[in-house]
Amino acid sequence: MINISIREMSEMLQTKKISVQELCSLYYDRARAFNEQTNALITLYPELCAAEIMHAQETVKSGGSVLAGIPLVHKDLFCTKGKKTTCASRMLENFISPYDATVVKKLKTQGMVTLGKANMDEFAMGSSNEHSAFGIVNNPWSHQRVPGGSSGGSAAAVAARMVPVATGTDTGGSIRQPAAFCGITGIKPSYGRVSRYGMVAFASSLDQGGVLAPSADDCALVLSAMTGHDALDSTSANQPQWQWRKPESPDMRGLKVGVISSWIDSLQDEGIKQLTLQGIEYFKNNGAEIIEIELPHAELAVSAYYILAPAECSSNLSRFDGVRFGHQTAQAENLEALYRQSRSEGFGEEVQKRIMIGTWALSSGYYDAYYLQAQKVRRMISDDFKQAFAQVDVMACPVSPELAFKQGEKSDGVSMYQADQFTIPASLAGLPCLSMPIGFSQGLPVGLQLIGNYFDEQTILSIADKYQQQTDHHLKMPEAYL
Amino acid sequence: MSINRKELEEIAALAQLNIPEHQIEQITASLNQVMQMIAHVNQADTSLVEPMAHPNDAWQIIRTDEVTDTTHKTDLLKLSSHADDDHYLVPKVIE
Repeated sequence: MINISIREMSEMLQTKKISVQELCSLYYDRARAFNEQTNALITLYPELCAAEIMHAQETVKSGGSVLAGIPLVHKDLFCTKGKKTTCASRMLENFISPYDATVVKKLKTQGMVTLGKANMDEFAMGSSNEHSAFGIVNNPWSHQRVPGGSSGGSAAAVAARMVPVATGTDTGGSIRQPAAFCGITGIKPSYGRVSRYGMVAFASSLDQGGVLAPSADDCALVLSAMTGHDALDSTSANQPQWQWRKPESPDMRGLKVGVISSWIDSLQDEGIKQLTLQGIEYFKNNGAEIIEIELPHAELAVSAYYILAPAECSSNLSRFDGVRFGHQTAQAENLEALYRQSRSEGFGEEVQKRIMIGTWALSSGYYDAYYLQAQKVRRMISDDFKQAFAQVDVMACPVSPELAFKQGEKSDGVSMYQADQFTIPASLAGLPCLSMPIGFSQGLPVGLQLIGNYFDEQTILSIADKYQQQTDHHLKMPEAYL
Repeated sequence: MSINRKELEEIAALAQLNIPEHQIEQITASLNQVMQMIAHVNQADTSLVEPMAHPNDAWQIIRTDEVTDTTHKTDLLKLSSHADDDHYLVPKVIE
């Protein structure tokens, strides 16, 4: 029961083999039982919300949405009305949101039932979930290892089937990398596809909401309900709600898949390399044409990203002044001391580091040399993708150069930043991309990344779905959670 | 590019952050490591390239300026840990 698809759960609800209350209680009990081991959730609500259950029951009864009655957790940076939204930060430890994020509202309307809020790197800054004020998340496949980040709590919760699906956000890889580390599927849609209203901002030109779930079909069903233009977000794309069309057969004839051999050759981990090659071979065997492509400026992506994202973060996080919301220090003699002390007490080390990098890059004398230069490099990378997509329908590449690493292993921040090398380029361009499980190396899950053209979520999800029609990597669960 | 203690203190002041004395050395080293990494962007010849601030062609949406009678004052003031019925409370600014 805990390892079936959203469609199967919906079918069981429709045919009354299980009730909404029973299904949600089943997951709620698992979430409560496993949160001590995983620390995947910052908040597990004290009980199921009666109003949400009732709305779900009515929606099921009326034959409404396939998502009705399906439980989920939201990454703890989506605002949830009347509930805590902490961003895994002491700064927002007691923040109760006065409104729902558009994503939360849309999924609630469908009849989904929220069980709680998922752990994450503070303000979504990190690739390991070690930067949470509420403790490290343990990877369900190996508790001494990280689940990836920043949506590490969402990924771990789904991997342990504490919930069948979770929302996440991705700025430079924060859905794809944890999905890969935890053996599940995760999609970051095109920039602008999902409203950012009520999604606490880290880097506004990069942040995008998405979904983590076992399968591509599960992700697609939930993503579809999250999309559509939102007048409350000026960066929301003027596109209608996206409709998912599940492919009927695994046939890939006519599909052109781009690969970047230099990326695969650079992999030091032989297990990841072999599984990546096997994944691409699978596409070929199912009729796809494999085409070698190049992204000549992608090697500068990490450097450009770690200027642009901190610059936007320093600007966005200036709103946390200790006055209007968030932590306020108890020891300030004047207004400036109040700002400085509140921020220093409220923000963790990594967040403060990124704010300072961004402040520096935007300061007089460095703006042109770093910030503007990084924006130009971003254009060059985006143009590289445009040229590549003139030749191919999709790109297949690694998600991460490494397996889920041990907690505390990367004390050097820069090496963690550099490990984002395969996820950042598509983020800078704003393209849709996903990670899907392709097997295991040394007992740990490995993901393959698919990058699509603008607003072509359909192609990447279809390929992942076709792959998953014939494989079962996405259905594997860690033994301790069976 | 690297920064020294004085420059770190200037950045911290701009960012409205306090750096405890015992962390100055470690934070300076950590920022210098990042600065060394990001300096690679200068390898690219971008003389003919337009900066890209955003992936979409975003523009500022302006709504009609209409007077409404709704207010969220009470809800919003509740979010502050130091407020009375009408104001945010901060240390005295004018002597």
